[in-house]
Amino acid sequence: MNYEIAKDPINIQSVIDKVVQREAGAITTFIGTVRELTKGKKTLYLIYEAYEPMAVKKLEQIGTEIQERWNGAEVAITHRVGKLDITDIAVVIAVSTPHRNDAYEANRYAIERIKEIVPIWKKEHWEDGEEWIGNQLETVPYPTGKPEEKDLNE
Amino acid sequence: MNKILFFAHLRDEAGYESVEIEAAGKTVAEVKEMVAEKYGVQKLDTSMTAINEEFSSNDEVIKDGDTIAFIPPVSGG
Repeated sequence: MNYEIAKDPINIQSVIDKVVQREAGAITTFIGTVRELTKGKKTLYLIYEAYEPMAVKKLEQIGTEIQERWNGAEVAITHRVGKLDITDIAVVIAVSTPHRNDAYEANRYAIERIKEIVPIWKKEHWEDGEEWIGNQLETVPYPTGKPEEKDLNE
Repeated sequence: MNKILFFAHLRDEAGYESVEIEAAGKTVAEVKEMVAEKYGVQKLDTSMTAINEEFSSNDEVIKDGDTIAFIPPVSGG
């Protein structure tokens, strides 16, 4: 299970372990954490919600896209849902490849794609209210399920 | 029958996580209109639609038994 939605705190090492391979010369990890201040506003905590079966499928799709684009890549992604406090880990992405540059690039690609196609939503709870992020189009929907070339280059 | 799933602010607006409606033969665009009216849900024009967990276009036609999910702009990561 390289692609998971988790309700409990994510064990970083267990995500890394999934991409260990003899062919690898590099493993990059991305750890997404809950930030306290967004544009000067203080977050108290977040709630993440997922359309779980589809989210897992879309994470798998991202893994497949990476393997088609970067030779010999292994990918593992775990995203947490539920209530997360400041500094908690929301997502861990591990990518291994034969050469380090590919591992960096592929990992970056994974997080950008998560923000485009994986059905996970974040509700911010601030000192003075709450709001589902995305309802003001802070992210761009991709009707085709894939960004166009211009979106990738932005 | 068809199951409709609501997420994030759409669920807050509808007051339901899911509802059952008869949508077979209708296009996604028609279902969006119907659902917006019946459940007081706004902004479906900015939501993507998934049929059986795959993104679909507005002119796709619903079959009996399909599960339809409205996917507001996502914000994971």
